[in-house]
Amino acid sequence: MRKDIVVIGGGPAGLAAAISAYESGSTDVMIIEREQRLGGILNQCIHNGFGLHTFKQELTGPEYSERYLKRLSELPIDIKLDTMVIDVTPQKKVIAINSSDGILEIEAGAVILAMGCRERPRGALNIPGFRPSGIFSAGTAQKFVNIDGYMPGKEIVILGSGDIGLIMARRLTLEGAHVKMVLELLPYSGGLKRNIVQCLNDFAIPLKLSHTVTRIHGKDRVTGVTIAQVDSELKPIRKTEQYVACDTLLLSVGLIPENELSRKAGVAINLKTQGPFVSNTLETSVPGIFACGNVLHVHDLVDYVSEEAEMAGKYAADYVKSNESSATTVKIETQQGVRYSVPSTVNPDLIDKFLVIRFRVTEVFENHIVTVAFDDQVLQQRQKRILTPGEMEQVLLPKAWFLKHPDLKSIQIRIAKEESQ
Amino acid sequence: MKDIREITCINCPLGCTLTVELEANEVIKVTGFQCPRGEKYARKEVLDPRRSITTILPVRGGDLPMVSVKTDGDIPKTKIKELILALKGIVLEAPIQEGQVVVADVCQTGVNIIATKTIQKQTP
Repeated sequence: MRKDIVVIGGGPAGLAAAISAYESGSTDVMIIEREQRLGGILNQCIHNGFGLHTFKQELTGPEYSERYLKRLSELPIDIKLDTMVIDVTPQKKVIAINSSDGILEIEAGAVILAMGCRERPRGALNIPGFRPSGIFSAGTAQKFVNIDGYMPGKEIVILGSGDIGLIMARRLTLEGAHVKMVLELLPYSGGLKRNIVQCLNDFAIPLKLSHTVTRIHGKDRVTGVTIAQVDSELKPIRKTEQYVACDTLLLSVGLIPENELSRKAGVAINLKTQGPFVSNTLETSVPGIFACGNVLHVHDLVDYVSEEAEMAGKYAADYVKSNESSATTVKIETQQGVRYSVPSTVNPDLIDKFLVIRFRVTEVFENHIVTVAFDDQVLQQRQKRILTPGEMEQVLLPKAWFLKHPDLKSIQIRIAKEESQ
Repeated sequence: MKDIREITCINCPLGCTLTVELEANEVIKVTGFQCPRGEKYARKEVLDPRRSITTILPVRGGDLPMVSVKTDGDIPKTKIKELILALKGIVLEAPIQEGQVVVADVCQTGVNIIATKTIQKQTP
């Protein structure tokens, strides 16, 4: 089988990318989704706060996805549900399996990777103890509660203050559980401030910063955890250890882009984001393979996922038409205080009106300046009251700047305390 | 007596820090907001805090066992528990359309509970 564009993943990124690819002139588009429903993680994110940017309206996750599903249903886009992609080759051959078609081999003109991310598991944390039942990642618990209607437990401790953990603290409280505390290893929360207010403060759930779990107790079922304060090197302080009885431990300790297929396709991965390196056209190191959404880098707002995915869809459609890869000439260098940027390379000819560079900072900065330089010549300085690793930042660089610097080699982004140079 | 309170706006993920000056239980000044909703929120939050609620309700005969629902407006923060308890025991019948009112005027708040997901009837 041949398809102009194959989108892998039917979550928010895949939906927006497929619609945009179609609307940009690719009429032969297929979405492959491993679940029985499109919408991805939005289906279980029943809370408010989606769509303020895209629809200027506060929507729940399912409502946000329904907007895209409605648009999708009006377009002749092929949808394969319950279908697992098992391989993608550098030649853009996609191999997938399901129980009705058997093995599907698709020669794709372009591939859009939109597989999203998965939660960091307990195994990544090295917490000593047995392996009793009652330990869940926050998103798994969210699926049990919001989709299946099962409660994971009654007395709950949450480790990690990422947004899903905070949201689940409120959900479980509303469903009748007792959420005893949320522990955060770092001295600041990884979640959005609004979630601390409306998910923890509203229900008087304590947030213990600079705390972690040092032991999980219980053999068949969790019976409690030992918690401890950590020092400035994040090492537990023994004498602060304390036993907390509970029957459930939720882990909300980070998300990792799911790039097994990308690796199989030979896509170069940025170790800082755990996602592909991409150009400003969202093209990976393999010509004709594009990436968007949480498979590329973990976002905090779905609105930005949709925006990025729309661009990926458009550029993938352009690629199918021209069969030309985005020859990039400019490198983006992340300097002090900037952990990574997306994109990491730029073809100035393919910038529309602005180049959007998204990035995260390495630590919390108060009253600092985001500085952007072209070949070390400072062009933009933005004062920021607060910058935190938990919130994605962006800078917009007008096309005109690139026209004025035709020999540009590199763009530098850094966080500075005072005006430099 | 001036009373100055710092609150975090919850209208959007920006989470602006707002400073509210109160005198004799009246808001005299709000600073720190970046949009009109922030100012409105600050005035409400110090005198009459309200929240929208999202939760789930069980469904009989649907393609999913639970439907996500929300209040179609905000309710006083003090009524959250009462509202949640009032929803206990309610079981809906499939099919359900997104936006459909599933419980009208919950707890005499004038606010309805509406579905946020479409649930199809399960074909046996």
